[in-house]
Amino acid sequence: MAETVTDPRLSGGRLAPKRDIRLSWSDPLLRSIVWQVVIIGVVVAIGWYLITNTHQNLASRRIATGFGFLDRVAGIPIGESLIPYDPAIHTYGRALWIGVLNTLRVAVVGVVLATVLGTVIGIGRLSRNWLVAKLTAFYVETIRDLPLLLQLLFWYTILQGLPGPKQAIRFGDVAFLSNRGFRYPTLNWEAAHEAAVAAGLIGLAVTWIWARHARRRQTLTGIRPPVWPAALAGAVIFPMVVWAVMGAPMAFEVPVLRGFNFQGGGTVSPEYFALLTGLVTYTAGYIAEIVRSGIQAVPQGQWEAAGALGLRRGQVLRQIVLPQALRVIIPPMTSQYLNLAKNSSLAVAIGYQDIVSLANTTLNQTGQAIEGIAVIMAVFLTISLSISLFMNWYNAHIALVER
Amino acid sequence: MDAAPTPIRARPLVATIGPVGWARANLFSSWASTAVTLVLGYVILRAVTGLFDWAVLNAIWSVPYNDKGIPDTSVCQTNSAQGACWAVIADKYRLILFGRYPFAEQWRPFICVLLFIGLYIVSAMRRFWRKELALIWAATLTLIGILMWGGVFGLTAVPNDYWGGLPITLILATFGIALAFPLAILVALGRRSTGMPAVKMLCVGYVELIRGVPLISVLFMASVMFPLFMPPGINIDKLLRAQIAVILFAAAYLAEVVRGGLQALPRGQAEAADALGLNYWKKTFLIILPQALRLVIPPLVNTFIGFFKDTSLVLIIGLFDLLTMGKVALSDPPWQSFSTEVYITLGLIYIAFCFAMSKYSRGLERELGQAQRR
Repeated sequence: MAETVTDPRLSGGRLAPKRDIRLSWSDPLLRSIVWQVVIIGVVVAIGWYLITNTHQNLASRRIATGFGFLDRVAGIPIGESLIPYDPAIHTYGRALWIGVLNTLRVAVVGVVLATVLGTVIGIGRLSRNWLVAKLTAFYVETIRDLPLLLQLLFWYTILQGLPGPKQAIRFGDVAFLSNRGFRYPTLNWEAAHEAAVAAGLIGLAVTWIWARHARRRQTLTGIRPPVWPAALAGAVIFPMVVWAVMGAPMAFEVPVLRGFNFQGGGTVSPEYFALLTGLVTYTAGYIAEIVRSGIQAVPQGQWEAAGALGLRRGQVLRQIVLPQALRVIIPPMTSQYLNLAKNSSLAVAIGYQDIVSLANTTLNQTGQAIEGIAVIMAVFLTISLSISLFMNWYNAHIALVER
Repeated sequence: MDAAPTPIRARPLVATIGPVGWARANLFSSWASTAVTLVLGYVILRAVTGLFDWAVLNAIWSVPYNDKGIPDTSVCQTNSAQGACWAVIADKYRLILFGRYPFAEQWRPFICVLLFIGLYIVSAMRRFWRKELALIWAATLTLIGILMWGGVFGLTAVPNDYWGGLPITLILATFGIALAFPLAILVALGRRSTGMPAVKMLCVGYVELIRGVPLISVLFMASVMFPLFMPPGINIDKLLRAQIAVILFAAAYLAEVVRGGLQALPRGQAEAADALGLNYWKKTFLIILPQALRLVIPPLVNTFIGFFKDTSLVLIIGLFDLLTMGKVALSDPPWQSFSTEVYITLGLIYIAFCFAMSKYSRGLERELGQAQRR
């Protein structure tokens, strides 16, 4: 390590003699205390001034502070919601909770898709095929130079320009794309499906145990027992057998055109679709650069050594280079995930009802500006903190164990 | 001389040199590569020719106006599947670029845009990287303020409700960064301080709070909470509120950039300054900052690009920046269905600024990196 010379002040025997504060400006301790008192004092004074003003203003506008409004009936119409909601009976609290869920719905799916797309593009930039390398470079360059909001508006306009439900673009008469969004058939959920999912989970657990066993055998004997038969039997065949034994139900609810819109099936709204597309394509541009520089940070010798062992290029990338690149990639990737989560707040511009949009409607209806902003900030701070904590844990998990 | 025997040397295979060799190595090196090249090549060719047809060959550049000055866009409507309608830009470019600024006075925002660009170019040149640069910035920004506001030197006063378009975008981004910078330096120094735990906590709290929330929430705060903060009777206008929000937001991000530079500087510099007996402020302003700030110029440019793009968010709180003016132009009934053309034009303006800046920053990074590696 760099710290080979021990600081004499730190070793106990030679500790500087303790002394009292001198009442002189040349005493660093006194000076720092005075400075801190002054700075904190100024900040507190400004804060106090703003709070008193706010109190006066709120009193003159007859707005009661506090979160009591959360229990009042909201009356905000909400287009898409993961939990049941009726504007006539449900409260502001529930409406805001729907906003949180909607934000999470776009952020979680967005993070996964952006990671996949970004990794593919990042690897594409290093392709030996000139056309692929140039095309991905062009993509990264362009997408990062355009404001995200412009891209969102652009996608939203395109989706709105699609034909109406009657002239919808059909995918084999079961799925439809129109300016009302994407309609797709849903599976009628029955007990057999639940049992099959449970069986699949058991199968995965068995596969995982078998894989651990295989790894142990490999370190002991050098021979790795194959894992894929266990995976196939446990995670694919077993659930299918369970499903078949229970009668193999397979009924879909297909969306049908009734009147001016489709009924039944599942929907992806144009707002959600535009937001997700914009966020994913934009963030993927940044993730691609992170992945590229991460891969390039792995020394060339690793490629050559792996090649000398007879591995193919794809194998080298997957098994040798990417695991090492991951250590360089994770920290900047974390901040991209944070950016994606925060950027999802742009939903308000295209009318997707995320937490910002619903909190904004709430504060306009109730006049509870401070509480509304506080809710938005608290939600995003919680999301940011959770992502940071998870990624830090993951980073520590994959870090090189140094002896 | 002529009789000298020509050396017998096998010519390299045609297939390994020149364009043919290059194509074999980079486009057709394997079956998979060949397949990808052919498919991608076809798709790109179709896309490029399609785009060219739409944007140039089949495009309509101007439309007739009736005697009331209302454009007749029926030609564009019937052509909309085949070609672009650039007439919308020809009709609306003044509105998009300069907003509702009085038409006769629009030379003033135009000069301001030129001044901004000039300021960027001067700041990009290494020979101006001195303390005097701060003076140049202060002078230019003051001049821009005078030009935009008017009211002195015979210029008519234009209240900032009438400002709009590109100048707003440039003002928010440039003033935001310029005014956030001193604050950011103080916060970064506070965060690095060892002897003042209370100040350090304050700075950490500020930076982490701001970086944890989206810009839009800070802008909302500025637009709905600032009026509550002010004593009754005092009203700050919308643009200033948004500007304050951008400054507060940018300061947190810039503080982290500056902190990166402070951390990258070898400890020996501070210790040497201590050994010379310099006090804290002399040490910081004469030794540490001049070196640390030089290190962070590339990430600083990247942060600036980010804020340049992010100023478009003021659309949500109803300020008339470039993007908002695009939407305003599109709200005119005859032009409503030509959003693609307007968004493409706006995109090209943003790309022109961002691409130039990011190319510069990357070149600088490489140069500075080389200087360090030597």
